[in-house]
Amino acid sequence: MAEEVKLFKTWSSPYGLRAVWALKLKGIEYESIDEDHDNKSPQLLQYNPVHKKIPVLIHNGKPVAESLVIVEYIDETWKQNPILPQDPYECATACFWAKFGDEKVLPSIWRVFIQEGKAQEELLGQAMENLKFLEEQLEGKVFFGGEKIGLVDIALGWIANLTCMLEEISGLKLITQEKFPLLFGWMQNFVCTVFVCLNPKPTERPRQLGGLQALDY
Amino acid sequence: MAEEVILLDHWGSPFGVRVRIALAEKGIKYEYREEDLKNKSDLLLKMNPAHKKIPVLIHNKKPVCESLIAVQYIDEVWKEKCPLLPSHPHERAISRFWADYIDKKVYQLGRTMCATKGEEHEAAKMEFRECLKLLESQLGDKPYFGGDTFGYVDVALVPFYCYFGAYETYGNLSMEAECPKLLAWAKRCVQRESVSRSLPDQKKLMERISDFRKRLGFE
Repeated sequence: MAEEVKLFKTWSSPYGLRAVWALKLKGIEYESIDEDHDNKSPQLLQYNPVHKKIPVLIHNGKPVAESLVIVEYIDETWKQNPILPQDPYECATACFWAKFGDEKVLPSIWRVFIQEGKAQEELLGQAMENLKFLEEQLEGKVFFGGEKIGLVDIALGWIANLTCMLEEISGLKLITQEKFPLLFGWMQNFVCTVFVCLNPKPTERPRQLGGLQALDY
Repeated sequence: MAEEVILLDHWGSPFGVRVRIALAEKGIKYEYREEDLKNKSDLLLKMNPAHKKIPVLIHNKKPVCESLIAVQYIDEVWKEKCPLLPSHPHERAISRFWADYIDKKVYQLGRTMCATKGEEHEAAKMEFRECLKLLESQLGDKPYFGGDTFGYVDVALVPFYCYFGAYETYGNLSMEAECPKLLAWAKRCVQRESVSRSLPDQKKLMERISDFRKRLGFE
């Protein structure tokens, strides 16, 4: 049967980008449907009545919601270029760090940037501690997945996008080469791989948005 | 190699119960170690430095943290017996979706409902009732969430059966009225030895919740 793959997403959501990266890594053709946060389509509400959010992947008419669930589904359905490790322990470890990113790292970074003064200093400590765990996970590796991008890279890809933007706006540098050399290097590698390697016919350099690189395309 | 399986856990934790149930379903022999949450062991802090929390499954000296990740790990390693996740990718995705929903909603909403007053309590109660309705509708007339056999979503949710008494008492709800199918499902699950032997003592749990509310100044 001819595959029909659609992805409901928005242009900016890091969660939607996870599904994009997973599909691109596998070389899957799909139809992209960009939603408006403030005016969600009836189709989106029908496909994800529980959360009413993007991303939602529709594969041959069947919906899959929640970004990391979608990435695992893509990995289990299309076997080329595996995203998750085969070994159960390594797979569990990857799932752990992806979840850690969502539950600890993202909120702690976000909280730093929306506070000021003494409150910000206190929150900074927590964010730095969380980032240290990620730094340790990169020891001896190019990507969290090893030689290639894996689940954790896809899950944490928002760091490359969002943190740069927040640093640019606030003037506060969180991930520097001095403080987090491996994470800093990973961000460069990830951006390069996602844009250059996954874009089969790069006709232009990554779009510059006030010094940032747009990671969706 | 002889398998060495250790579970760092706490008697009252619904998250620990999930892992206990999964191990029991698969018939895996393991060493249970009770953690004092006010005085965590060096082993726990070493095995789960990121969260410093139970449950932690230690299999041949390697730690697996986070209850649902541990359940999936157990299902994958001991796959010959009692599969918990379905084999088809779309059905697996549906199971993961609902387990994730349960993780994000049930514990926190239930806890907020039982441990707050006034507007915060009412808001949590309203959302909790919606959550029960949704789970009730997802279960439908099936014996278990995945269909005819006990599986992953059942493991994710059934530990919260122990809190039904608290939800009724402190949430001022009737589980029978709110979600009769869910109540029947829970009782069906408890018929399984893996579940009944893994659930904590209900009386002890209610006392613990009552003490907690006293410390908050509610009783």
